[in-house]
Amino acid sequence: MEIIAQRPKSLTDLQFTYCPGCTHGISHRLIAEAIEELGLRNNIMGVAPVGCSVFAYKFFNCDMAEAAHGRAPAVATGMKRARPDMHVFTYQGDGDLAAIGTAEFIHAANRGEKISIFFINNAIYGMTGGQMAPTTLPGMKTSTSPYGRDEKDIGYPIQACEIISSLKAPYFIERVSLLSPQDILKAKKVVNKAMLFNKENRGFTFVEFVSTCPTNWGLTPAKAQQWAKENMLKFFPIGNFRDKSMEGGE
Amino acid sequence: MRNKKLMQGNQAVAEAALIAGVKVCAGYPITPSTETIEILARKLPSYGGRFIQMEDELASIGTIIGASAAGKKAITATSGPGFSLMQELLGYAAMVELPIVIYNAQRVGPSTGGATKPQQGDIMQSKWGSHGESPRIVIYPSSVRECFDMTIEAFNLAEKYMVPVVLFSDEILAHMRESVELPEAGEIKIINRRKDAKPQNKYLPYDIDESEIPVLPPLGEGYRYNISGMIHAENGIPNLAPDVIEACITRINSKLDKYYDDIVRVEQIKNDKAKIAVLAYGVVTRPARGAIEKAKKNGIEVELIRPITLWPFPEREIGEVAERVDKIIVVEMNLGQVAIMVRASVEGKAEVIQFNKICSRSITVDEIYNKIKEHV
Repeated sequence: MEIIAQRPKSLTDLQFTYCPGCTHGISHRLIAEAIEELGLRNNIMGVAPVGCSVFAYKFFNCDMAEAAHGRAPAVATGMKRARPDMHVFTYQGDGDLAAIGTAEFIHAANRGEKISIFFINNAIYGMTGGQMAPTTLPGMKTSTSPYGRDEKDIGYPIQACEIISSLKAPYFIERVSLLSPQDILKAKKVVNKAMLFNKENRGFTFVEFVSTCPTNWGLTPAKAQQWAKENMLKFFPIGNFRDKSMEGGE
Repeated sequence: MRNKKLMQGNQAVAEAALIAGVKVCAGYPITPSTETIEILARKLPSYGGRFIQMEDELASIGTIIGASAAGKKAITATSGPGFSLMQELLGYAAMVELPIVIYNAQRVGPSTGGATKPQQGDIMQSKWGSHGESPRIVIYPSSVRECFDMTIEAFNLAEKYMVPVVLFSDEILAHMRESVELPEAGEIKIINRRKDAKPQNKYLPYDIDESEIPVLPPLGEGYRYNISGMIHAENGIPNLAPDVIEACITRINSKLDKYYDDIVRVEQIKNDKAKIAVLAYGVVTRPARGAIEKAKKNGIEVELIRPITLWPFPEREIGEVAERVDKIIVVEMNLGQVAIMVRASVEGKAEVIQFNKICSRSITVDEIYNKIKEHV
């Protein structure tokens, strides 16, 4: 019998421990497929965050480091500078990247580190049980914004792609969504592109995934997808922010 | 029936902070302390206060120091990884002599360690985690009710002595639920920082009277003075003259000495017939009490000494125990951080025996009892 679909070898055969309906599984798989399709499995290293995906090392079948909360881009910088022949990516959530790790993220982007950062934005802290994230939407109730996020008081959601788009060094910046099969197919192309640029050592590549957290949003997976489409995409529009391969003279 | 409630340690800390008069809480979610900030986020607005979720723990402690400089009582809640990040500004708060309370629900370390598992690994860090040498008061409850009482005490000590206070718990105490009878508001003594600053034209922030404790009016009241993490003279202005460096570091580190009796507390079960003492603190006090009871039933007399205050370290009280007994068994959920201090306190007058357990399971009555039996 012909096998038409199977798990990429860049994923271990463990069952994901993420909650039902969580999009981490999809983003894991997209990254693993890109690693596989570009033949990078034996020369790529990843850095996991602190947060739900702290356990990413269990699922990616390559050498992995779990950095202290927010420090993945700094650790990845060291790995890449020490082993320029290897390829390095980080996988970070919104608390890890856009709160505690803001400095490391922005400065890695500004140095144009030749690494890929995959950023999971689901607008909430999942691992600690549903607190406000830097990307939490205005009005959104969480356990630490019990009366709803008041943007006049605590600011608007941080838009990571837009922030680093003001920097000159990043090579590729794009926001994708995991909210429908069509979006996931588009996201796959974007992840592959970022990973290709990583393979070719072109520069800093960044992909943000608009994701869901059904458990801490208190919604079913299907309703979470719908809610995210209606609300998240307004603040986090999908699209390309930077692609230097398309620019003249590059 | 009085004010009786079933609550966990994290909740007791939050409820007491509200009664102590906290107006600002700044924090970052971290297991196992998160419930404290969640409760304060919900309740502080109705107490005229604010919770601000910060981008990390450096910013959290910075915010509560700023709030304290502006005259308000402020707290943050954290655990090991966050406490590590706070060390820079913990030293700053001690240096500029502003009262803050840091609640640290200890989890397994080092590094990310284990978020949902208990340890007592931050004892030395609470005193020595910042560079240089600076004072703080560190206290450690052993029950949910004590979490409540000692949160009040933490603020009272911070305000009275113008010093950062670290209030410990651990993952067990933070999440353990006990039925507690809370005191009525009128029964709770609240101490606020001194307000008797000299008139503005004669005022220097660190020109200190015989109390050794500075009077720092809230910034923004027109006193026009400066606080600085740099070595400073009496006027608060950075000054690196050798005599100023000597005086500044000496004073901040000795200012609590004359208040030892007011600050340092221990729990003791004294026993003239005992040749062995058990020293335990925090949540480990509970099985230690049980082990001593069990030993008594089996004809073995044992003393208990529990440092309630960990810094300043209760060296006098422990030294006195060492005069009476031959052996002190120090029981800790770390590799022996307090044992180091006990050895220094007993100065060879008693043998110091360690019982350390770091696997994250709580220490049991039988484990301590068996250790006692080994040494009878």
